Amino acid sequence: MDTQTTPLLSVRNLKTYFYLDEGTVKAVDGVSFDVYSGQVLGIVGESGCGKSVTIKSVLRIVEKPGRIVDGAMLFRPQKKNGRGGSGESDDFIDLVKLNAHGKQLRSIRGAEIALIPQEPMAAFSPVYTVGNQIIEAILLHQDVNKQEARQMAIERLHEVGIPSPERRINAYSWELSGGLRQRAMIAMALSCNPRLLIADEPTTAIDVTTQAQVLNLLRSLQQQHGTSIIFITHDLGVIAQMAAYVIVMYLGSVMETGPVDDIFHNPQHPYTKALLKSIPSVQSQSRTFLPTIEGSIPHPFNRPSGCSFHPRCLEFMPNVCNRRTPSLQPVNDRQSASCFLYHDAAEED
Amino acid sequence: MDTTVKNNQALLEVKNLQKFFPIRKGFFRRVVGQIRAVDDVSFYINEGETLGLVGESGCGKTTTARCILRALKPTGGQIFFRAQAGQIVDVAMLSRDEMRPLRREMQMIFQDPFASLNPRMNLFDIVGEPLLVNGVKSRQERTERVAELLRLVGLPPEYMQRFPHAFSGGQRQRIVIARALALHPRLVVADEPVSALDVSVQAQALNLLLELQQELHLTYLFVAHDLSVVKHITDRVAVMYVGKLVETAPTEELFYQPRHPYTAALMSAVPVADPRVRSQMIPLQGDVPSPANPPSGCYFHPRCSYAIDICQTKAPTLKGLSPNHFVSCHQAELELAGIGQADSNQRN
Repeated sequence: MDTQTTPLLSVRNLKTYFYLDEGTVKAVDGVSFDVYSGQVLGIVGESGCGKSVTIKSVLRIVEKPGRIVDGAMLFRPQKKNGRGGSGESDDFIDLVKLNAHGKQLRSIRGAEIALIPQEPMAAFSPVYTVGNQIIEAILLHQDVNKQEARQMAIERLHEVGIPSPERRINAYSWELSGGLRQRAMIAMALSCNPRLLIADEPTTAIDVTTQAQVLNLLRSLQQQHGTSIIFITHDLGVIAQMAAYVIVMYLGSVMETGPVDDIFHNPQHPYTKALLKSIPSVQSQSRTFLPTIEGSIPHPFNRPSGCSFHPRCLEFMPNVCNRRTPSLQPVNDRQSASCFLYHDAAEED
Repeated sequence: MDTTVKNNQALLEVKNLQKFFPIRKGFFRRVVGQIRAVDDVSFYINEGETLGLVGESGCGKTTTARCILRALKPTGGQIFFRAQAGQIVDVAMLSRDEMRPLRREMQMIFQDPFASLNPRMNLFDIVGEPLLVNGVKSRQERTERVAELLRLVGLPPEYMQRFPHAFSGGQRQRIVIARALALHPRLVVADEPVSALDVSVQAQALNLLLELQQELHLTYLFVAHDLSVVKHITDRVAVMYVGKLVETAPTEELFYQPRHPYTAALMSAVPVADPRVRSQMIPLQGDVPSPANPPSGCYFHPRCSYAIDICQTKAPTLKGLSPNHFVSCHQAELELAGIGQADSNQRN
């Protein structure tokens, strides 16, 4: 396998803005991160923090008035040496520079970078069978005939733990229960052996016991195939259990990054600290008042000046945080935070 | 909070509640089956207490809540409510007119604050409507009460003329809470009140609910699927599975010493927000059965790792292990691991 030195995907200073009549929404404003082979990267944040737009940008499926205005997304694709070749090329492709509808990007999307969407009910077409849709994906990206593709689809369904896959391949998505539907979705995402799997809140629409099944499945598939996963969720519990490395986002910017253990046990950014304190935990004392984060998430049109978290921040420094925007800087040898508590405002331009 | 034994303090007592929905088919809409959404559910809530009703989607927890508020007419069973005047009324069989005076005593907080506020009414109309309906005709009086309610939930009364679209999710939920409190209810049924809110706002809403309970001596029936939230806010918890009540116990006891295998599985499935504690995640095979076609015997037996022969044939009944811990399982004497014991998980 490959070393941790060169990332599989390197997102640098990504900016995705939405140009609406009412103004510009800076949904993603200067986000950078790296995904390494075989790593589970968790992106955690509340609604409107830009986590979904970030991954839509990676897949180049940002809807119209939205546009990637700046940044680079360097992806290391597989060497094209026929079927089953797993060699890696050393050249990076900048996904930002590719034509979103072009041939090259389409050969990457679905084949090398696959998505598990949030709502499997909405993601599967109700008028085609599940098998039909998985086979379509396989035929699009792999050099096999229909019969082989069907066999592969059945294998995939079997792999994700769907009982009697020979029968279920002919089922429509609405005939399956929530858990099975999400499993079928995972089977479809894995159908072309992607190197990077993006899971966008894959378990928010399902119940806890089913969630546990799906998380266990994703974990074991990840270990088997060594797939890299970008795991997006607002659930800190899921992040703690799944991710190795965590990115905390707030209003389109990265607030803090670090290994999962440090993020949960030694958070640096005031937002991460406050967020961790404010969640009711099954282990905490019942019926006590929780420390809260004052106020609510600002509307994207009136984003606060300076650090976007400063109106809610407990460690707000007047004339600093509201004037200047901090950038993501290393705090210690493992974590980085974008906060003036850790680096001098004067150093910023 | 008082979590003592069931006593005459019970504000609400539900006995053998049933709600079946008919399955109709064909031209004559003939009834071909029943969906047993709520089947023989019994519990009580003491005054000033919070009872959590938990379970997975489709287990009948919302239907139970709706039956209590008589948004649905129960198929069978009794719902005893101790009215303000002191008399105990069986709400289950009351007619619409008989129900009306009781409605002000039991109110509901809905799940989705984006769907439960009329976008064309301003805050004064929304929060003031229950007052108007219940005979507060003077506009002056209503304005004062609405202002008081808005202050109570932490919103500036100056917002009274604004419309819901101007508010964030958390603020909207405060409006929903203000409306529910307009008539000084004694029982508040909260159906997933925080699940539509963002993590950072959830804590505010939970604090508000706790604060209001202390201030106004409210009794909550708290319906939720998020077990961390339930653990945080409730005194006692009732767990439902496919329309049946499987276990009810004081919160701490239920979370740390669950006695029903389903409760234990549910607890183990909660992802703990601590990377150092690996959630055990007792894997449950298969899916939740349909309440239209439940398995024989104990509904949980096909997925239960402790199932024995009797579980397939005989449905267990709710039995008391202690005065306030009830479980519906043939093997209730088993010691099961609760939450957060993933590291030292041992099964007897």
